[in-house]
Amino acid sequence: MDQWVGYIDLILDGAVVTIQLTVMGCALALVVAFAAGLGRLSRFAALRWLATIYIEFFRGTSIFVQLFWAYFVLPLLGFPLTPMQAGVLALGLNVGAYGAEVVRGAVLAIPREQTEACVALNLTRWQRLRYVILPQALVIMLPTFNNNAIELLKGTAIVSLISLADMTFQAQVVRAQTGNTAVPFLTILVLYFLIASVITGLIRGLERRLSKGLDVTKA
Amino acid sequence: MDWDWQFVREILPTLAEGVVVTIQATLLGSVLAMVIGLVFAILRRTSNRWLSRIITFFLDFVRGTPLLVQLYFLFYILPDLGVTLAPLVAGVIGLGLHYGSYTAEVYRAGIDNISKGQWEAAKAVNLTGPQTWVHVIIPQAVPPMIPALANYFIAMFKETPLLSAITVLELMNQARSVANFHYRYLEPMTLVGVFFLAISIPSVILLRYLERRYARGH
Repeated sequence: MDQWVGYIDLILDGAVVTIQLTVMGCALALVVAFAAGLGRLSRFAALRWLATIYIEFFRGTSIFVQLFWAYFVLPLLGFPLTPMQAGVLALGLNVGAYGAEVVRGAVLAIPREQTEACVALNLTRWQRLRYVILPQALVIMLPTFNNNAIELLKGTAIVSLISLADMTFQAQVVRAQTGNTAVPFLTILVLYFLIASVITGLIRGLERRLSKGLDVTKA
Repeated sequence: MDWDWQFVREILPTLAEGVVVTIQATLLGSVLAMVIGLVFAILRRTSNRWLSRIITFFLDFVRGTPLLVQLYFLFYILPDLGVTLAPLVAGVIGLGLHYGSYTAEVYRAGIDNISKGQWEAAKAVNLTGPQTWVHVIIPQAVPPMIPALANYFIAMFKETPLLSAITVLELMNQARSVANFHYRYLEPMTLVGVFFLAISIPSVILLRYLERRYARGH
């Protein structure tokens, strides 16, 4: 029984790395999702094209391929990355591409009268976006963002394949040292599920707060 | 580092072997996911509340945990229980189970969308249970599901490189082994990316067509 205490520590160290990756990956994904999602709705054709190419490219190739490309090919092109940087970059850009479609869909789901009302009130484009469209669109985006965040969490497991010591990697270490598979892998499956439940809980709470006083139709 | 066409020609046959395995895994995994999802969706409709709760929790659990870890679990645990599977078989079971937990939701939504009047009408004209399913429910429930199912199969296709972690010699694994052997990563990794784009862009176009086609009249 004593030996398990040390192994649990190892897995918890891995959990910290998994959580770091998830948080930083989500932050990058969020920024990219808004940039590309709003870019696709831009007045300027060049921006729309740029955003479309980014989205289709990252949704069309596998996250796995993107991660390996970032880790093995980018250094050859003069951009050496640590496994952590490569992981955050690949996860953030991949999930950001899915998120961009969510942003676009939610903005398009806001009824046209809202835009017309802004024009009637003489709001600038920025004011219209910031004070009228986004506060309503955000509530529509949140449930899907929740799914995207969980996809990102699950995606973090593959960074173990580029030698980053996340939870999956540590479970492999424990398996190699003890020869026991069931205990380490069941432990991390439960931990992943717990982290996913925490993400869902946080986003549901945010959704409740943001939808207060709004009369939006649920998507 | 420059792109070397000579090297590309050299490695293409090896990569092609991997492509065959990737496509096999996707097709077999999709069929399995459709069957497993249907079984879960039907079991979940049982009147036994505990069974339905357990299945709901199990499906949430499978969806909330990484496919890679599930693959390791299947691949390393089953031999302990005396079942030794070929890597590809373990991989297909993993894909089928993981995506089956998603297709179960698709089936559930599709069946729930059939209005109660249809069930009542089937009862009124004295159809048996199986007749109701075959002639009334399934013909109406299945077409709207097709785009959603296709969406998951495209996602599954993009996750097949994970099978390389349990030693399946699919495209990614072949690419990594030639890359490690020649110590050239640019061409193999880029070709894998190009291959995925070459399959997934037409699939997405097909998917949009399916969405338009089956969205009508529902």
